[in-house]
Amino acid sequence: MIRRSHTMNSFDIEIEGATLSAFSPPAGWLQDAEPSLPAPVAQRERLNVGGAAVDARRLGKRYGDRVVLDGLDLHLAPGEFVAVVGRSGCGKSTLLRLLAGLERADSGAITIDGDTREAHGDETRIMFQDARLLPWKRVVDNVALGLRTDARERALHALDQVGLADRANEWPAVLSGGQRQRIALARALVHAPRLLLLDEPLGALDALTRIEMHRLIESLWQRHGFTALLVTHDVAEAVALADRVVLVDDHRVALDERVALARPRQRGPAFDAIEERVLGRVLGTPVHQESAPPPQETGPGPAQRLWAN
Amino acid sequence: MTTPWSQRAVPWLVPVAVLALWQLASQAGLLSTRILPEPWAVVKAFWALAITGEMWGHVWTSTWRAVSGFAIGGSLALSLGLLTGSLRWAETLLDSSLQMVRNIPPLALIPLVILWFGIDESAKLFLVSIGVFFPIYLNTFHGIRSVDKGLIEMARSYGLSGWRLYREVILPGALPSILVGVRFSLGFMWVILIVAETISAQAGIGYMTMNAREFLQTDVVLVGILLYALLGKLADVLAKGLESWWLPWHAGYRPQT
Repeated sequence: MIRRSHTMNSFDIEIEGATLSAFSPPAGWLQDAEPSLPAPVAQRERLNVGGAAVDARRLGKRYGDRVVLDGLDLHLAPGEFVAVVGRSGCGKSTLLRLLAGLERADSGAITIDGDTREAHGDETRIMFQDARLLPWKRVVDNVALGLRTDARERALHALDQVGLADRANEWPAVLSGGQRQRIALARALVHAPRLLLLDEPLGALDALTRIEMHRLIESLWQRHGFTALLVTHDVAEAVALADRVVLVDDHRVALDERVALARPRQRGPAFDAIEERVLGRVLGTPVHQESAPPPQETGPGPAQRLWAN
Repeated sequence: MTTPWSQRAVPWLVPVAVLALWQLASQAGLLSTRILPEPWAVVKAFWALAITGEMWGHVWTSTWRAVSGFAIGGSLALSLGLLTGSLRWAETLLDSSLQMVRNIPPLALIPLVILWFGIDESAKLFLVSIGVFFPIYLNTFHGIRSVDKGLIEMARSYGLSGWRLYREVILPGALPSILVGVRFSLGFMWVILIVAETISAQAGIGYMTMNAREFLQTDVVLVGILLYALLGKLADVLAKGLESWWLPWHAGYRPQT
């Protein structure tokens, strides 16, 4: 596990109401009118009426004979930041894809604000593990993807929020992995989502860039007030960012741990205790057949590692 | 940029030596002009044909045939490739038939084509169109099919669908592959045209060379060959220009900085 400190702050983003209790709804997003903004942009941000309430009940999903999720229940309160952890192959990414509407559940139901998922499709945005920027569009046009009015203005404003306004006219190919993910974040935020789904978006980044991204995601979440669901294999990342850490195991939620630490979070005994508890639970559960590689007859090798990610 | 001129001259040593040797051998009488004229005679013949304007007429005729054949075959290939690449039912309906036709070498059709069209322009256009069709068709189909599924999924989840999805994601994603097809077919275009023109024509570079052969004007034959080489190179340069113009985002075509 990488030791990290959460004290550095390399972004110049103002966070209103400096330290927030973990459970209170993020403050500041309503007062965030910013008179310097062009009117439609500011208006759009005000239209974002806080996070969505997400309710997943008895979700089931199988691929062929392989059961991935079975009777999973998960509830996200409006504006809550929830991290989902688990072994690779445990179904945490599948859960996110179901919530995103990229796949259909075989059983169970997902409601957003008591409504069907489809009714709120426009309010849900995903950040993928790979940034998935269109290589043939310049950065600003990537961010503006899917916008119909004031596209460029709003895209530039979103780029400004992730600190990359000066790279607006570059091709994605010349940017670093961290910068691409920040652009992907801007592309998601420009739609003022009420539910942001993050599918291991930092998995491929180096440790330092990840810390910067944590700060950025946290501050933007506090500012915009969307509900966030982060899928990650890094328990420390989950504890650093989330109000609740949820462990998916045996096709359902096996642990639901509140993280009652002040933000921005720093490593310390309380942090470590929570991380240890979740990690212990991840490691302590028996390994299931479908997540384990087939046993090798030819002798022991690196393939014996069970949850290498 | 900073390579010394001596370094840059090295690749030219062999061609220049060959030309010099060839010239010397011709002058010494070791090489009969019936087999190969001296290089200088080829230059003079080129000059003479250019001055009288005879050459330009032939070049124009050949270029026009190449371009119109390419336009007909290429646009058909592009539309069919987009169709079969994008729609499953179109692939099921058409692709296997097209794959069967693909295995017929276009030049094997020459006897039939002469029977159908005689030896006028339409015969050449038909052959060139067939020749350029398959490289473009196959690469368009393949290009559409190999657009990153992750990007399409992303674009859909960001609210793009229908024509917008097609124009902003699928077409640009397929474009590099389509342009590879265009470059292949440009090379093919000249091969087919050369053969078609040498078999039967009233004008064109092929006609010029075959006519010169009758009179043992080997220098003019060589001028014809040179012209084909130059036009082929020109087409390739144009295709490359198209790539760097349309694909500025592509790492392979971005100018090195």
